[in-house]
Amino acid sequence: MTTPKYIRQELKQVKDPEIPTISIVDLGIVTGIDVSENNDVHVTLTPTFAGCPALRMMEDMVKEHLGSYEQLGTITVETSFATTWTTDLITPEGHEAIKKHGLAPPKRNCSNITMDLLEATPCPYCESGDTSMKSPFGPTLCRSLHYCNNCKQAFEGFKPVG
Amino acid sequence: MDSIAALKELLYKIADDQLIIGHRNSEWTGLGPVLEEDIAFSSMAQDKIGQSEHIYNLLHQLGEADADTVAFTRNAPQFHCSQLVELPIGGYDFSLIRHFLFDFAEYLRFEALKTSAYQPLAQVAKKFFGEIKYHTMHANTWVHQLGHGNGESNGKMQESLNYAWNYALGMFEPGPAEDVLITENIFIGETALREQWLEVITPLLEKSNLVIPSQSEWAPIYGGRKGEHTEHLQPLLSEMTEVYTIDPTADW
Repeated sequence: MTTPKYIRQELKQVKDPEIPTISIVDLGIVTGIDVSENNDVHVTLTPTFAGCPALRMMEDMVKEHLGSYEQLGTITVETSFATTWTTDLITPEGHEAIKKHGLAPPKRNCSNITMDLLEATPCPYCESGDTSMKSPFGPTLCRSLHYCNNCKQAFEGFKPVG
Repeated sequence: MDSIAALKELLYKIADDQLIIGHRNSEWTGLGPVLEEDIAFSSMAQDKIGQSEHIYNLLHQLGEADADTVAFTRNAPQFHCSQLVELPIGGYDFSLIRHFLFDFAEYLRFEALKTSAYQPLAQVAKKFFGEIKYHTMHANTWVHQLGHGNGESNGKMQESLNYAWNYALGMFEPGPAEDVLITENIFIGETALREQWLEVITPLLEKSNLVIPSQSEWAPIYGGRKGEHTEHLQPLLSEMTEVYTIDPTADW
């Protein structure tokens, strides 16, 4: 019989459509996996942002991906707010994947976010701490805009959400 | 009024406020005074409209029509938004002041709702609260900056604050069943929310060199929650529903 652990491992192949280096598992949005006796799988996802347009796409991607495994039964995917997503749910592997995409990973322990906290986001290119935040809103809901005073490079950060 | 009816009334006004302010925010897309601000208002529009959809989904679970039907097929008198959110975007000064007044109220509303006895609402409130924090930080940064900018910027912000003030007080129009919401621990009620809001924004506006109109001039503009709206709402709805009206089954 299939186990939730196996499904979780396999879901690492499903990537965030907006940051294709990170899997939905490392992003921390897979909050529940139930496997029935006849291998039906029910996956619960939690939204990163309420208005994230990739939400339905990710539901479909999970369905499609698991649907290709012959040993699995019916695949159902549900989005639920029962577990609140915060950027602290992103795994250490997820932080590396975010960096690989050229973004600064979010700071940890994000329950009390302030502008000052965002100001000091280290540059993902030269790792300098001498950076300034241009705007807490970037090209997607999860990103902020920054500038590195050391390597004179504009960069984006994955913003902390508590 | 039973608690389900009271809850629905609360959910409708929250979702309608978000949908309409979201649409107004989106009117800055492509027109923002600087690129970062264009992106900021567009992002906030996306947050608000996305959040409204989740609240409409809660209403759907309580037996109301689905989110798209509710959002796209009602006329102005069926909307429960406050009049503040439906006012045209005006100049950037007005949009920023409205953003400040509205988002601090919404931030505190969701903070209170995090502990609502109605669990599905408490769950989304926790999520929205984290997102709206960014909206309040954005609003406060600009209100502070322009309040301290120069005589012209301070004057414009003050004028907008004076104009928006009574509309903003209208956000806290008491509903028909405040007592039910309070005793059932669904929500703290509009009067308590208004008190919290005044406590938070008063020192922030002072620090921004802006003056809240004197209390003798306070005359909250109510009616929005009961479907009484300004002339500005129906044209907004007509524009927002244009594509849906042409083909309600279209998918995009």
